[in-house]
Amino acid sequence: MNFDKKIATRQSFGEALLELGKTNPSIVVLDADLSAATKTSIFAKEFPDRFFDMGIAEQDMISTAAGLSTCGKIPFAATFAVFATGRAYDQVRNSVCYPNLNVKIAGTHSGITVGEDGATHQMLEDIALMRGLPNMKVLSPSDDLQTKWAIEEASKINGPVYIRLCRLATPTIYDEKNFEFGKGIQHGEGTDGAVFATGNMVAKALQAKEELEKQGVNIRIVDIHTIKPIDKEIIVKCAKETKKLISIEDHSVIGGLRNSHFRGFDR
Amino acid sequence: MEDLQKRALNIRKNVIEMIYAASSGHPGGALSCIDILTTLYFSEMNVDINNPKDENRDRLILSKGHASAALYATLAEKGFIAKEDLLGFRNINSTLQGHPDMKKIPGVDMSTGSLGQGLSIANGMALAGKMDKKDYRVYCIMGDGEIEEGQIWEAAMSASHYKLDNLCAIVDNNNLQIDGKITEVMNPTPIDEKFKSFGFNVININGNEIDEILNAFEKARTAKGRPTAIIAQTIKGKGVSFMENQAGWHGKAPSKEEYETAIQELS
Repeated sequence: MNFDKKIATRQSFGEALLELGKTNPSIVVLDADLSAATKTSIFAKEFPDRFFDMGIAEQDMISTAAGLSTCGKIPFAATFAVFATGRAYDQVRNSVCYPNLNVKIAGTHSGITVGEDGATHQMLEDIALMRGLPNMKVLSPSDDLQTKWAIEEASKINGPVYIRLCRLATPTIYDEKNFEFGKGIQHGEGTDGAVFATGNMVAKALQAKEELEKQGVNIRIVDIHTIKPIDKEIIVKCAKETKKLISIEDHSVIGGLRNSHFRGFDR
Repeated sequence: MEDLQKRALNIRKNVIEMIYAASSGHPGGALSCIDILTTLYFSEMNVDINNPKDENRDRLILSKGHASAALYATLAEKGFIAKEDLLGFRNINSTLQGHPDMKKIPGVDMSTGSLGQGLSIANGMALAGKMDKKDYRVYCIMGDGEIEEGQIWEAAMSASHYKLDNLCAIVDNNNLQIDGKITEVMNPTPIDEKFKSFGFNVININGNEIDEILNAFEKARTAKGRPTAIIAQTIKGKGVSFMENQAGWHGKAPSKEEYETAIQELS
């Protein structure tokens, strides 16, 4: 892990879209007047004919993406997580998930780490909302390369995918794109506890692991980049080997990583 | 013309048969838009019953999905679905559920049901057509109560902004919604002026007169650089005397006696 080289996953998202756009002409991108912040502007600059700013109208954006997808396009619709999943929930449910359409929804600025914008913008329920929807898959990448992988992976899945992204720059954890959809990544073999983390909390957990090692406590970290479908195997394995499951997420404990992964273990 | 009128009458009869067999459904708003649907499927739209997903086909989104009986009966009249299947309408084992499902019913271009989303979806299809330089047209039938949904106006803005002249929006202006007269429940009038001010080419017609409908579609095709909105004045419950202009017939099935009278009137 490189604590010095930091990059926000929204930036990685923008760069990944650009790369994807170069090789796949079906990729189209929609935004709701936040392209500078969501970084879809990177794609828009290179491919203005495949970028649609829908203005401040998230419901229209999601349904338009649904329409585009029925004609063979692979739309990525991006805005802040709170608007993508909250404001447009009914559109995601009825016009995307019910007909199982090939729409990708990128929610940037998720979690409390949005910071100064305050509570209206700190989306803490998006995982809960999206993972409850039939057909929807949920990705929550932790660093630069993992985000780029997640965007490529989402484009290959034929169906709806929600990708949870963050505003703040976070340390780079991985050197290569060696990820598998639906499979958590275990860091270390410590048996004093297993910390399941997702998104921007993975780097924090890895930092904590180093600190604890100095105090003689050996934990392992599990990076859950795919929230749905869940990786049951790694949960059972870690439960057996450590007897202590801990979760860290920039999300409400209701309906998030903890709720989805520790069912049956929670006390 | 005569052929279209005959088909419309047939479709009306089938709608009554279906709703009576199901003991539930939405006769009022189905009957009001049947002349529009008939004209679309038997004169205006380029569709192929042997290739329902043809990428060059014209598309229809029944945004007021609760008028599904009218769509199913029209699709059966056209040959997309078997006529004998119509009597399974709303039955748990039938694909013909209360609101249309694009994944299960040949000829249905979009799953609808939650009001207000169809026009945005139509925009997405129209945008894709423009991108791919295809000359198909996209039609979207909305209810006049439905346009109380804010998303319709987001979509109206987008259609005009992106100059979607391959889009034809149709408002089935039957003047009634579930709770009563549209002007008393939540007044959306003047509907034509609203679409005009959003940049649409607006055509006012009697939506139960086939020659006027034919003429309007013709005019819509020649409008360049902006979308068309046809405001179709219709009669809710059209064709069945005791259902006409009665809000109470929005969502209920006829009794045995009422059914027999209705079929007699339509014969």
